Amino acid sequence: MFLIPCPYCGTRDQSEFAYGGQAHVARPEDPASLSDAEWAEFVFFRDNPKGLFAERWNHASGCRRWFNVLRSTASDRIYAAYEIGTPPPAIEGDGPATPSGEVVGSGNDAVKLVKTADEGTRP
Amino acid sequence: MTLSDSAPEDRSLAFRTDGSAHEPGDRTALRAASRQPYRRASGGRIDRSKPVHFTFDGKPVSGYAGDTVASALIANGVHFVARGFKYHRPRGILTAGSDDPAGLVQVGSHDALTDPNTRATEQEIYPGLEVFSQNAWPSLAFDVGVLNDVFHRFLPSGFYYKTFMGPPGSWMGFEKIIRAAAGLGRAPKAPDPDRYEHVNHHCEVLVVGGGPAGLSAALAAARTGARVVLCEETAELGGWLLSADPATRIDGLSPAEWIAAAEADLRAFDDVHILTRTCAYGYYAENQVNLWEKLSDHQLPADRDPALPRQRNWRVRAREVVLATGALERPLLFPGNDRPGIVTASAALTFAERYGVLVGHRIAVATNNDAGYDAACRLKAAGADIVSVIDQREAAGIGAAERASAAGISVRHGAAIVSTSGRKRIARITVRALGADGGPTGSPETLACDALAVAGGYSPNVALFSQSRGQLRYDEAIGAFVPGHSVQRERSAGASAGTFDLGACLAEGAKAGLEAALAAGFAGEAGSAPSVEDSALLAGRLDPRVVLPAARAGRTFIDVQNDVTVKDLRLAVQEGYSSVEHAKRYTTTGMGTDQGKTVNINAFAVLADKQALKLPAVGTTTFRQPYKPVTFGVMAGAHTGAHFQPRRTTPMHDWQVANGAIFETSGDWLRAWTYPRPGETPEEAVQRETRAAREAIGMLDASTLGKIDIQGADARTFLNRVYTNAWSKLAPGRCRYGLMLNEDGMVMDDGVTTCIADDHFHMTTTTGGAASVLAWLEDYLQTEWPDLDVRLTTVTEQWAVASLSGPKTPELMAALLDDLDPDPESFPFMAWKPAHIDGVPVRVFRISFTGGVSYEINVAASYSAWLWEKIMAAGAPFGITPYGTEAMHLLRAEAGFIIVGQDTDGTMTPIDLRMDKMVSQAKGDFIGKRSLSRPDTARTDRRQLVGLLTDDPATVLVEGAHVIATAEEPAPPVPMLGHVTSSYFSPTLGRSIALAVVKGGGGRMDETLHVTRPGGGTPIPVTVTEVDFLSLKDAGHA
Repeated sequence: MFLIPCPYCGTRDQSEFAYGGQAHVARPEDPASLSDAEWAEFVFFRDNPKGLFAERWNHASGCRRWFNVLRSTASDRIYAAYEIGTPPPAIEGDGPATPSGEVVGSGNDAVKLVKTADEGTRP
Repeated sequence: MTLSDSAPEDRSLAFRTDGSAHEPGDRTALRAASRQPYRRASGGRIDRSKPVHFTFDGKPVSGYAGDTVASALIANGVHFVARGFKYHRPRGILTAGSDDPAGLVQVGSHDALTDPNTRATEQEIYPGLEVFSQNAWPSLAFDVGVLNDVFHRFLPSGFYYKTFMGPPGSWMGFEKIIRAAAGLGRAPKAPDPDRYEHVNHHCEVLVVGGGPAGLSAALAAARTGARVVLCEETAELGGWLLSADPATRIDGLSPAEWIAAAEADLRAFDDVHILTRTCAYGYYAENQVNLWEKLSDHQLPADRDPALPRQRNWRVRAREVVLATGALERPLLFPGNDRPGIVTASAALTFAERYGVLVGHRIAVATNNDAGYDAACRLKAAGADIVSVIDQREAAGIGAAERASAAGISVRHGAAIVSTSGRKRIARITVRALGADGGPTGSPETLACDALAVAGGYSPNVALFSQSRGQLRYDEAIGAFVPGHSVQRERSAGASAGTFDLGACLAEGAKAGLEAALAAGFAGEAGSAPSVEDSALLAGRLDPRVVLPAARAGRTFIDVQNDVTVKDLRLAVQEGYSSVEHAKRYTTTGMGTDQGKTVNINAFAVLADKQALKLPAVGTTTFRQPYKPVTFGVMAGAHTGAHFQPRRTTPMHDWQVANGAIFETSGDWLRAWTYPRPGETPEEAVQRETRAAREAIGMLDASTLGKIDIQGADARTFLNRVYTNAWSKLAPGRCRYGLMLNEDGMVMDDGVTTCIADDHFHMTTTTGGAASVLAWLEDYLQTEWPDLDVRLTTVTEQWAVASLSGPKTPELMAALLDDLDPDPESFPFMAWKPAHIDGVPVRVFRISFTGGVSYEINVAASYSAWLWEKIMAAGAPFGITPYGTEAMHLLRAEAGFIIVGQDTDGTMTPIDLRMDKMVSQAKGDFIGKRSLSRPDTARTDRRQLVGLLTDDPATVLVEGAHVIATAEEPAPPVPMLGHVTSSYFSPTLGRSIALAVVKGGGGRMDETLHVTRPGGGTPIPVTVTEVDFLSLKDAGHA
């Protein structure tokens, strides 16, 4: 369980919140004017990045407000929580990366070790 | 038959052969049991004034208060406690702590209380404790499964995968046999009567581990005023200090005195919480560490405090964490390294110092580092003969060999064990000199011994560090992984950080504790470092080479719990499982209840060697929570039985119970399913209740329907956007049925919404959908349409609802209502009016879910029990009958009304339900509208909702049965047209009725189709009809 900083109540345990998927996906103003493909893009398709992700959370067992969170899906580190309708704050990269390019703390097997240049070579 | 498994020439201990349980009056057994031939004359933390008698496989064993099962058994000469998982070879006790791989026993014989897979090294003994060996049949000594050992050549790694890739389904047959043959302990058979507790706790500094580093860290942090939690896995604080040389001095104090002083200092602080018998088993995000506290597992059940739970799960959220989890000693790899009597050198010292027990009287020591010499000297000082120190290195560290020689201990340098013997306990080892390439060269020399201490170097216990997602670093000097880059707010100190020197451990702990407190916002200064006099020889100058046996040297075990050998690992690499994670899964090395705590590094070394890689290039397997097996009970806590999922009941629940209702769950609710009368089956009751609602008056408790109060100037706009139909013209005083869709166009919920005023509506939802619909509406209001002036309040529990239906209902309503004429002429269908009953305000709605004349009375929940009984009394002359949810389902099916979630499944549009009229084309956009014109959604051959009437009116279809076009079931794959969604015997129609979804069903009216029978047989012929069976009946069609 990670902690989520609700912009209205303060930091609370994850168990109080409900997840709402990718943020900043606005419902089209005039769905009728969209092609089938454009509408399908809105209804069915969402990003699923490894790394920084802006996503919606609802303080379901608290103030019941929706808000946005900027989280790294690799490390679960939360960089910002901000109100619906405001753009995501600019942040610097998602922490130090290993030689393999993975984010430190991602739990990926490839980055369990801090590897030095010669350790991967044969003796 | 003897309890002791020591060699016959040993001072073994004979027991009664009849296996009878020990009784206080049984003097022979008592004397025998109290002899404890391997107990030292003095020393140890045990209380020699308190003998404790328990049983092992039914035979009496004696120990002292403070003993574990392992230390007491070893004191009595018993190392052989279990059989291996796969080959059923004898298994003994390798370590003295929770890392012990194979010394697993069953504790207790009670069906509900028995505990499988308990480590003998952790279970403290108490009078009357019953311990049993596992994985052996018919007995530990004569085990049939040992045949697997004879045929071990035919059980290579991946054996299951290779053997059972036979015909499809054959695994199902094999699995039963394998499950019976393998496995460890027996699971309890009865519900667990013990109580478990969850505790949430916050602190600034959590210190994991009560050894020297942990105690120093806790003291340093506590002195700043920080709130500190110190948890220690075993019964006592002290950690390795409890096993240290008693001559060690810290600031002039002996180890025991220093521990006592440190504990006293800590207990003087108000904000320091010391938890013993408490294992930190999981490090989770944001510094949440879960602790497993065992409060009474060490006590006789009768002595356990009934006010306390048996175990607690502490969820500690710490600002900073200090990991002082120590190090685990690795065994060595040599052929025959799995016999009982082989223990790690550190465990031999712990048994000697902490428990006052010698692991053997003639101990051989095999080592690849200086710690083996330390163990040899101290075991000799404790009273054991040391057969020899066998050091695989050419030379020991400075002073090590000299100290051994001074103690009269023979040392063999550059040599290793090449074989062992001894059936139930090691009796002999064969030693050979090693050549330059690490292979044996010299002539074999056989030495007799009754125990073998192995010192393979210490691995820092980095499990929690790794769980915190920290990255490990390989430390060449100690041949093990140490904490590298931290990700969470933690720091490691002492042996868990790769520091083994006692003075350095104390200093590092104090530094870590202070830094943690400072990082948490407290102020303090470092104290002076304690002066330490310690003669311990540390692992330093370790030869991390794993001396690998020659190909034909016999079996060398890597993992003694899962019976994985060096050969198995090499075979895995040969077959392509070169990744450490793949090799682990293919061979099961490092799996099981110990998760390879002692053996993993050795396994990685074998994998690296086979692939000619350096060890860190192989990497490690992933350390996952929990650190060691945790009971289901402590995971569940109080969330069992009725507390697992609390049930909601309506205000009429007590009346329903008193009147014989049987209940079903609907969402979180308990709803009356039917009210059978004495002598009546539930099915008969449903038919009676349905008839009453059609012929007289039926009353349903509809309180569980979701109810949302909608207010605000833009309420109508909001309803227009969330329902498929139009709401602009719904006048105050009127109600309307609505369908809600998801954006994908599929029906999500339905219900009746009533206009109270132009800016005030009362929405109802399905019982199960109440919470999700409210959340969904809130989502749109907050995130898509924040400009709308609309407020939503759930009022589900504020209004209780009695739904009355049947031809005599208007008469009853006239008798009940103070101030409202219920005549359906003046109070039409889909209207509502406020009214009073005996002066109590009610809302009366002319809504029907039965197709008959209906009134729904909403009343403040606190009046509802009273009102329910009043209605029952007033309705008695009219034959009022309470009906439950099953009759409700039947009544609505007769009228062709859908139930969302039964007749729909998330793939049904309103058009599929043939409810086209519910979709407004005139109004603007609504949620899901655009999806209804997607090519797939607009197909006319989609499954559509229809009625089905069986040719034989008595045949009731099975819900979920498939609808097909042909009279005979064709060969698979059978072309399916759809399936039956609802099916009943209708008393109103005097025949069976069913709803179904059928491809292009709307265009198939009067067509004959067929419905399959479960389990085969001739399909049942049916005719496709409209869904409103009451109209069909009126029209004479049914």
